[in-house]
Amino acid sequence: MSIFVDENTKVIVQGLTGGQGRFHGLRNRDYGTQIVAGVTPGKGGSDVDGIAVFNSVREAVEATGATASFVVVPPKFASAAILEAAEGGITFIVSITEGIPAHDEAVTYNRLVEDYPGVRLLGPNCPGIISPGKCNIGITSGDIALPGGPVGIVSRSGTLTYQALHELSQQGIGQTTCVGIGGDPVPGTNFIDCLAAFEADPETKAVMMIGEIGGSEEERAAEWIKRNMTKPVVSYVAGVTAPPGRKMGHAGAIISGSKGTAQAKMDALAAAGVHVCLNPTEAGQKMVEIVQAL
Amino acid sequence: MDLFEYQGKQYFSRFGIAVSPGDVADTVEAAVAVAERVGFPVVVKAQVKVGGRGKAGGVKLANDIDEVRLHAGNILGLDIKGHVVRRLWIERSSDIAKEYYASFTLDRPHKTHLGMLSAQGGVEIEVVAEENPDAIAFLSIDPVRGLDLGSARRWVHEAELDEVAREQVAELLVKLYDCYTTGDCDLAEINPLILTPDGTVHALDAKVTLDENASFRHPEWEEYRATETEDPREKMAKEKGLNYIGLDGSVGIIANGAGLAMSTLDVVNQVGGSAANFLDIGGGANADVMAAALEVINSDPKVKVIFVNIFGGITRVDEVAKGVLEALARVTINAPIVLRLDGTNAVEGRAILAPHLNDRLITEPTMLDAARRAVSLANA
Repeated sequence: MSIFVDENTKVIVQGLTGGQGRFHGLRNRDYGTQIVAGVTPGKGGSDVDGIAVFNSVREAVEATGATASFVVVPPKFASAAILEAAEGGITFIVSITEGIPAHDEAVTYNRLVEDYPGVRLLGPNCPGIISPGKCNIGITSGDIALPGGPVGIVSRSGTLTYQALHELSQQGIGQTTCVGIGGDPVPGTNFIDCLAAFEADPETKAVMMIGEIGGSEEERAAEWIKRNMTKPVVSYVAGVTAPPGRKMGHAGAIISGSKGTAQAKMDALAAAGVHVCLNPTEAGQKMVEIVQAL
Repeated sequence: MDLFEYQGKQYFSRFGIAVSPGDVADTVEAAVAVAERVGFPVVVKAQVKVGGRGKAGGVKLANDIDEVRLHAGNILGLDIKGHVVRRLWIERSSDIAKEYYASFTLDRPHKTHLGMLSAQGGVEIEVVAEENPDAIAFLSIDPVRGLDLGSARRWVHEAELDEVAREQVAELLVKLYDCYTTGDCDLAEINPLILTPDGTVHALDAKVTLDENASFRHPEWEEYRATETEDPREKMAKEKGLNYIGLDGSVGIIANGAGLAMSTLDVVNQVGGSAANFLDIGGGANADVMAAALEVINSDPKVKVIFVNIFGGITRVDEVAKGVLEALARVTINAPIVLRLDGTNAVEGRAILAPHLNDRLITEPTMLDAARRAVSLANA
């Protein structure tokens, strides 16, 4: 099984007519994802390589029965697009946009929680989700993933998500689902949401968790793992050598004083029984050992 | 982006938050002119983005023109923890009856805003939080609903501020929250927020951090950007739209994505090297961006080898490869380049580079192999 999406998930692409939307939307379709419609205000009635484009999410949902949306729009329009998706009946929203103001993210997240409680937002600023062989929503290159499980991946960093997939696939270890939650200050979906879903998924036998400096999400995940997780978890936290007080690319990746360091996160995870590794390759090798011993 | 105190105060003023009358001065004579305008006694304050300037002699009281001359002359050019003072803020000295603390920031675990208010201001809030946590009244604010005056009134009561100050502070907190949200601050902090003996409240200091993701709706931030003092390498990178942080090692790093860039630093360190920089070319980088990244790294004389670590997602590896060749054609790259290329269009990218590989342009199949090769070249 996969988490959050599967081969039956019908997906619309908000921004399909733009350069990035077209490239990744068509790539997702070529992977086998059911991309059923695009949405671009003012371009309803046209099509992108045979995919019908609608003026609004509501129209697209009514015409296709889509439940998921891949939102590929610039930062200043992203919040409105996410809320339009929820308003239009979408229940799983993937936002890859980088550079959305933190206050917009905070308002959007809370609007979703308060007004659309059944809706899950993945991102913003994330690579998306791939359930190998079934569904790929986002910007992950499908050919680096391997179907069949038994490993679930959850990662805060985009490119390290690819690296984690690659390390496992190279060793012949498949994945049930790989979720990139993104590195922004207000992520719609967090580590614990994904860990809980993997714990409940019978086909996922082990989980790889990729963290990074900043915030306290890894520490919170460690607490949750200690209490609830029965499946083995392998972890890598990026940024051991990051200098304090500097934002390392992601808005969320900053060491403030003694808080948010990679070492503190690694200590918390190790104390929760997680196999903590020093680089992505080592994490991949550790996971191979664990899967072979299953 | 962190603001200087004077910029923070000017930003507060836009939102109707009271500050002491004052102005900036870059010379001793300008400082005298400001002092005469606002009236004695004045405080001469060094403008640096680092704490502890009072202890370092960067904040002085002046009762007359001679004292302004003396202090301004001493403080301009003063080195405070590596920050040289180029600008002063001169403001009318305030009599202080009480010092409070107020701030707003994002509460990341709860995904709400967090207000902190204390009757014990004037010292570092971290110290208060450590020694006397009950002295801070925390308020969790739903970003959708915001902060209204009624909630602010309950909050100042809970924080046990002096009766005479409560209504004024409640009103100021609503304005500060507006500054924090409408003004797109990551942090808006007043410490101290003072009550004067005649019963009025105003901000005596200003600490403001702006969220650069919101720059598109704040053209007025341009003037703050102009005063940012930066490492010349960082300045050059920013002009080219790159996310660069200068470090002290000898391995120049170019990666796509913040996580992979951080991980590249870690791995280089683990195999015995040290990074000269953090450089994330971001998502969707094209040939131009890649070429610009190589040029920025090339300008750093400490760099002995350049490690390009790309895992294509939204970034296409063929574009990266073209950028490398473009940069090589455009400028002389001093250091050898070690590349590791995977992900979107990696096969095409490797094919583009294949005819050009030599002992100055090397590819390795994995991140660890590439890190080892780069470090051995850097240490050779």
